Amino acid sequence: MTATSQTSVDFSKIDEVLKSYEYKKSNLIAILQKIQEIYRYLPLDAMTYVGTKIEGLSPATVYGVATFYAQFSLDPKGKYEIKLCDGTACHVRGSMPVLDAVRAKLNLPVGKSTTDDGMFSLETVSCLGACGLAPVVVINGDVYPKMTADAVKVALDSIIKQEKEA
Amino acid sequence: MSTLFINGKEYEYTDEPNLLEVIRKAGIDVPTFCYSPELKPFGSCRMCVVEVEYPNGRVVVNSSCTMPPEPNVKVSTNTARVRRIRKTVLELLLANHDRECTTCDKSGQCDLQRYAEEYGIKEIKYAKLTEEDMKAIDDWNPSLKRDPNKCILCGACVRACQEFQGHAVLGFANRGSKTVVQPMNGKLLAEVDCVFCGQCQAVCPTGALTVKSNVEDAWDAVNDKSKKTVVQIAPSVRVAIGEMFGLKPGENTIGKIYAALRKIGFDLIFDTNFSADLTITEEATEFVERLTKGGLLPMFTSCCPAWVRYMETQHPDMLGHLSTCKSPQGMLSPVIKELLPKYHEGYTKENITVVSIMPCTAKKYEARRSQLRRDGKFETDIVMTTKELGRMIKEAGIDFKNLEPEHADSPFGEYTGAGTIFGASGGVAEAAARTAYYYVTGENIADADIKQMRGVDKSTRSKSVELDIKGTKVVVRVVSTLKEAEKAIQEIKNGTANFQLLEVMACPGGCVNGGGQPASCKDAKIKEERAEGLYTEDRELPIRRSHENPDIIRLYKEDLEKPGSHKAHELLHTTYSDMYTGSYKDLK
Repeated sequence: MTATSQTSVDFSKIDEVLKSYEYKKSNLIAILQKIQEIYRYLPLDAMTYVGTKIEGLSPATVYGVATFYAQFSLDPKGKYEIKLCDGTACHVRGSMPVLDAVRAKLNLPVGKSTTDDGMFSLETVSCLGACGLAPVVVINGDVYPKMTADAVKVALDSIIKQEKEA
Repeated sequence: MSTLFINGKEYEYTDEPNLLEVIRKAGIDVPTFCYSPELKPFGSCRMCVVEVEYPNGRVVVNSSCTMPPEPNVKVSTNTARVRRIRKTVLELLLANHDRECTTCDKSGQCDLQRYAEEYGIKEIKYAKLTEEDMKAIDDWNPSLKRDPNKCILCGACVRACQEFQGHAVLGFANRGSKTVVQPMNGKLLAEVDCVFCGQCQAVCPTGALTVKSNVEDAWDAVNDKSKKTVVQIAPSVRVAIGEMFGLKPGENTIGKIYAALRKIGFDLIFDTNFSADLTITEEATEFVERLTKGGLLPMFTSCCPAWVRYMETQHPDMLGHLSTCKSPQGMLSPVIKELLPKYHEGYTKENITVVSIMPCTAKKYEARRSQLRRDGKFETDIVMTTKELGRMIKEAGIDFKNLEPEHADSPFGEYTGAGTIFGASGGVAEAAARTAYYYVTGENIADADIKQMRGVDKSTRSKSVELDIKGTKVVVRVVSTLKEAEKAIQEIKNGTANFQLLEVMACPGGCVNGGGQPASCKDAKIKEERAEGLYTEDRELPIRRSHENPDIIRLYKEDLEKPGSHKAHELLHTTYSDMYTGSYKDLK
């Protein structure tokens, strides 16, 4: 896995994060979570910086942790993060047609996770723990229950409309 | 002292760190990929599994490298169950492996190949890797080649980099079946702060990390009749290369090496030990000058190219501490090219090709430093490791073991005991101390043996020795591994350093255990025997102080005036550059 397009990183912000976690190796995951909160992903420069500043770590080690956990993203995420559940319940209730509909609507072929305008990013997750509402989609924390291909298009349209008006 | 049972026989054990060591001490071999006695056990390869029956009747199968020895347990190393497990491990590893063994750089020395043969793996039920599965090979540096298609993810390289050098440039990335070992974000080794020490390659059980070969270049040079090939051999090569031909570690084979090199067809043979003596006269002069005239102290030795690169990439603000002396390899090459034509007919600056035989992978990188160029050409043309020379000797069909010893050529072939101990951690400092003492007091140190500086095992990676030079107290710090070197640097930065001279060798134990040497990571004793071989030669040589080397005395008299002269500086000293600025880590 390699990361590509990168935003420039403000290292004073990262320094603040590192300081709040006392530059401790054992706080690495929390530090990376905080950085991801700021940038919505983990920029390479930020990981390199963390690996250089914390004793006992190296950029390669930090990168290893970042790529091990699914919660970390090495690519910029969209303003709207779409989490589409493909757990067993959602899958049998038809999450795949919903996924195809989202991909078609947002022009995201397999292997691409963020739209060119940076508005939407898409990931599938294994279970959101809301099987009674299957198939489930979560967009920026809002739950969209019992989705179908048509319903998800309506939901996305309303977000796009809202963004255009804003 | 307690006892336990291995395969039905009772054995005593004391402080062995794990069950595997107890088993191996009992003379029983258990296969391993990820285990190295100098590294923390990792338990990832599962090849060393054994069956252990506890006194209460409970039977477990576990990796012996991660189990502590316990009294009265019954260990079985060779049951049907553990053999089946090992076989399955091998099959699964091979399923994900580029199995083009014959063209692999590690062929013949590969543990995976060896165990597959020993365990009779004849068929692998999983699909072969296809062209599309193959990952890119990194050979974009002068020293090392990384082929991820040969990697079995044992993590030995990652631990070696972390535990020896303190800053893992290699790491695991991704998860599950997508896991790889690579520098950050899949960068090239040349793009990250790899120092090319080659310890990762030394502990790698397969062909995933190998030395970049220059054997063909050497053959081309030897066969090119328009070229004069001049070869130099580093100190620790002589006590290690014999292992490739069935001789014992530590056996001094320098005479055989000279003979083999002549048979191969090199025109003139010199010894890097000679230029180790030259390094000492220059470095001791520089040190005494810094000491007496208030120069920057502590002074750092500069023979180890991995250490020099570490300084340039990690501590560019402290480059002034490094001695300006080139390494012995770096000194001899320009001396050969500039001065040899005076002594030997038919040799010109243009037609000489200098080949050096080094225990070191970083020397290949050093030879390509821009500071070590003269008239637009590299001063050292070709660098081969001990392993590569061994292969060249085999390829030439030379019966190395039974060669009659020969001598090196004049005028750069004589060496002293001080030159020969350069190959072991502490040797450079000891040699420098012998000569510095003479330079300061005008007399020789009473006892040439400064034993407190010696020792290449894990417990002696950092040594502090106080010398009394007729009333002047000098503290010398000797370290091997960059992790220990970093500790010394931090002492300087926070003002607690009490030493005036710092000797650093990046490989654990020094060059005797270098990345270019025949494998010595599986048995920690090998490097000790090699070091003992060097100290034995030192003891037996008639001259043991660099400044008494007759070839060195003549060189100064006829060509270089005196140590530290303008001419000496022109040929034998170098500069360093800040390699942090603009690097991938220079973020603000």
